[in-house]
Amino acid sequence: MELIIKNGIVYDPLNGVKGEAMDIYVKDGKIVEKADGSKAQVIDATNMLVLPGGVDMHTHFAGPKVNLARMLRPEDHYKDPQRKRGVRRCGTGYSIPSVFTTGYWYAEMGFTLAFEAANPPLKMMHVQDELNDTPLIDKGAYPVFGNNWYVMESLSKGKIEECAAYIAWVLSAIKGYAIKVVDPGSVEEWKWGKGQIGDMDKQVENFGITPKEIVRGLAKVAKLLNLPHHLHIHTNMLGNPGNSEVTLETMKAVKDLVTNGELLIHMAHLQFHSYGGKEKDWNSFRSGSEEIMKYINKNPYVSFDMGQIAFTDTTTMTADGPFEYNLYEITKNKWMNADIEFETGSGIVPIEYKRDNFVHSIMWAVGLELALLSKDLWRVALSTDHPNGAPLTFYPRVISWLMSKKARERVLKLIPSSARSKTLLGSIDREFNFEEIAIITRASPAKLLGLKEKGHLGIGADADIAIYDINPKALDPERDYRKIRKAFRFAKYTIKDGKIVYKDNEIIEHFIAKTYWVNPHIREDLYNYINSELERNFDKYYTVKISNYKIPEGYLVKSKRIDIITKL
Amino acid sequence: MKEYRDILCPVCGCLCDDIEVNVENNSIVKVQNACAMGASKFLNFSKERLKNPLMRKNGELVPCSLNEAIDHISRALVKAEFPVIYGFALSSCEAIKVGIELAEEIGAVIDNQTTVCHGPGVQGLQDIGQVSCTLGEVKHRADLIIYWGSNPQDAHPRHFERYSLLPEGRFRGGKKDRKLVVVDVRKTATARMADFYIRIEQGKDFELISALRALLRFEDIEQEQVAGIPKEKVEELAEMMRSCEYGVIFFGQGLTQTIGKDRNGDNLFALVRDLNKFTKFLVMPIRGHYNVTGSNEVLTWQTGFPFGVDLSKGYPWYNPGDTTVVDIFRRGENDLTLVVGSDPLAHLPRRATMHILEHPLFTIDPSMSLTAMASNVVIPSAFYGLEAEGTAYRMDGVALPLKKIVEPPEGILPDEEILRRILEKVKEIRGK
Ligand SMILES: [Zn+2]
Repeated sequence: MELIIKNGIVYDPLNGVKGEAMDIYVKDGKIVEKADGSKAQVIDATNMLVLPGGVDMHTHFAGPKVNLARMLRPEDHYKDPQRKRGVRRCGTGYSIPSVFTTGYWYAEMGFTLAFEAANPPLKMMHVQDELNDTPLIDKGAYPVFGNNWYVMESLSKGKIEECAAYIAWVLSAIKGYAIKVVDPGSVEEWKWGKGQIGDMDKQVENFGITPKEIVRGLAKVAKLLNLPHHLHIHTNMLGNPGNSEVTLETMKAVKDLVTNGELLIHMAHLQFHSYGGKEKDWNSFRSGSEEIMKYINKNPYVSFDMGQIAFTDTTTMTADGPFEYNLYEITKNKWMNADIEFETGSGIVPIEYKRDNFVHSIMWAVGLELALLSKDLWRVALSTDHPNGAPLTFYPRVISWLMSKKARERVLKLIPSSARSKTLLGSIDREFNFEEIAIITRASPAKLLGLKEKGHLGIGADADIAIYDINPKALDPERDYRKIRKAFRFAKYTIKDGKIVYKDNEIIEHFIAKTYWVNPHIREDLYNYINSELERNFDKYYTVKISNYKIPEGYLVKSKRIDIITKL
Repeated sequence: MKEYRDILCPVCGCLCDDIEVNVENNSIVKVQNACAMGASKFLNFSKERLKNPLMRKNGELVPCSLNEAIDHISRALVKAEFPVIYGFALSSCEAIKVGIELAEEIGAVIDNQTTVCHGPGVQGLQDIGQVSCTLGEVKHRADLIIYWGSNPQDAHPRHFERYSLLPEGRFRGGKKDRKLVVVDVRKTATARMADFYIRIEQGKDFELISALRALLRFEDIEQEQVAGIPKEKVEELAEMMRSCEYGVIFFGQGLTQTIGKDRNGDNLFALVRDLNKFTKFLVMPIRGHYNVTGSNEVLTWQTGFPFGVDLSKGYPWYNPGDTTVVDIFRRGENDLTLVVGSDPLAHLPRRATMHILEHPLFTIDPSMSLTAMASNVVIPSAFYGLEAEGTAYRMDGVALPLKKIVEPPEGILPDEEILRRILEKVKEIRGK
């Protein structure tokens, strides 16, 4: 199957293409140099914006906590029923869309890859079940390790290699992609009902290790294992006034581990971690983006995704159990909790972000400030931490805020003036151009994930392509931000693996694309040691057998295994 | 002889995964680690099984070919205006997916056994939220274990041993470090093991929970008795709950299928939520069939709703009391019923079952049941976890692999395959 996308206005930042009219050739799911014009299907993309398929590196769309959230909120689905039409299966939205709807919505927006950001290894078969059922996007999942007993115990004894071997074993056994840390140490203590740990040097009860040591240890592990994606961390004190100090401390804690200018730590949904003010004093709540970005701009080992919020009714969900309890206490909304033996926890609370709320409106500004203050967008990814900050369908709105000062000002005018004075946003003139948008929604996240065939349109890349019905040369994003929103919400064409899957408001294909996972190769003696340790102790740790915990590769509908030569 | 280890037990929601099975000449000759219920299933499942598809001709069920059966069911499904597909708690998740696709294709209501067991608990979850955990958390940490309207000693025999009272966890050394409380109307086998047994008056669960919540707010109780229990005993229970380090309530149908139903679920979940002001406290339903949890999970991730999903409008709709099968049957609205691995004629209220019989009734089931006997067409299916593999979800939402350890009799297919053939036939007929 061949395809020619003719004369589109192409932005391909990884290959230095900045809005040039050019043709793109596709054959057998890949971008190629030239296609045979007589056999190929031709798309006339004249005056249309052509980008690599969108990449969402931090989103919650599949697995146990997402499904519990769906179960918790029929009211969320009532307002957004999704009809069956042709190959398009039915489903429901709004903030926690069902699996088919999730795939379709990503496709509608021109997104072709999404990584599920927090997954308990014990329930990874559930995650794989839903990934197996999510159509039209490539995907993968980050298992969580920051409160894992084996990790905390081996690190507290200084056994980095053993910890790395354990993580290699788990990633390979359950088909995970990266190391995720959520609120290190706190979730274990939350299992005894205790709150978030704000002191990075406090010992985690019963485990003799501090949050800082967990972060450092796991950053070393990610390096030892040569993982394609560096350590992905949701650090301590999410959502609290004054938490930017802990965030800075987390980043500084691994600085000395940099050896060769490499990326070392990815700060997840940074907006939720960039607040000034005094702990527990909500009146002192203010933006902390300036000091955070001053640090990140100077320190190229840190990357982040935005965690932007929007004013809507959405659903928070995270492995950060103690945070969700706090949020329940504040909102008195429905609250779910699901602790996972040996490994982690999770919580869910619905929330409505309101424009006239002092705290919410500052949060809104903080997310945008972080991106707009960045001096290196190659370390930034757009996210709403779907659905924590807003449902994924709000990405086009976030894009318009980044591209248009006027769009931002419209909102700024409506938020409380007391909140406005606690933010910088009004004083920032920067407006992203199409290339910069292409970086933070495609090229940068693909690069941060270490996926060479993604996020660009060079020869050999996967033919994941989005075509939007706007002419970047004829449009003024500052003024026409509404057109930007509309165009990015509903692409003209979305092409996945060289097939047109979405066109003119219709889903025209329904298939299951790849699931990425890593298979780190470690020394045989190390592997055997870990394997025998786990076989000996598994019944003590868990309530399932080790053989039933592992997931065979064949369980994945379309497995994309990445074999890794590690330093072990 | 083949020896299998780490086999899942396809009986109750405990989904024990440590069963050892010996197979000789395609028949199970020895079972280890299973409870009596489990062992009996492994050893006897094949004895009273259906071997042939059956079709009613001149009032009698007579053997027919599988193709004939599938063709007949498919044609009826296409013709029906408001069909209902019901069951799946004894199917694999893969089969449930096909069931949903079929329901979507023909515009049916699809429902599972939750509707008659833990539905009210799910509604409580939807009203309040559920503070819960996996079973291993209980094993490692719990020092107070409460069974409320559930009797695991009889219905989930290994629940004590594997998940709650008896196992040695990281922070608890087994029974000596835990207190067992049982709230029940009868002194059941479980209640007889309790350190503290509360005999509650039938239908007074809501009252007792409300009193406990009041005590947690440090309010006084004015009556001498609550739910037939002396006030002092209720106060003692409240104090036990407040002062434990890690408490958990396992509730059963004694709570969800008594007066109050979903209001009981609401109140219980609110009680547990409120307890977290003082200590760590969790709550979990004790689910019956081995994959009833999976049927909720799959339906939720595909449609957004856990049971009672009406797909007749072309999009999923859920309104318990309206879109749930008991209510549809009772109102006599459906004009066809397809049952997958369940026996509604034996288990549903009479007023509901009356109407099932007025219209075409089809059953897919490994064994003969009351419903199968009354059906127009019966297709025998393979036993999951014995003759077919697939995925099932334990009561705490841990997904586990059901395995195939013996071959089904010739021509007998798993639900997934039977439903897929029906779906294909339906599409073929509708395509014409
Ligand atoms: Zn997240």
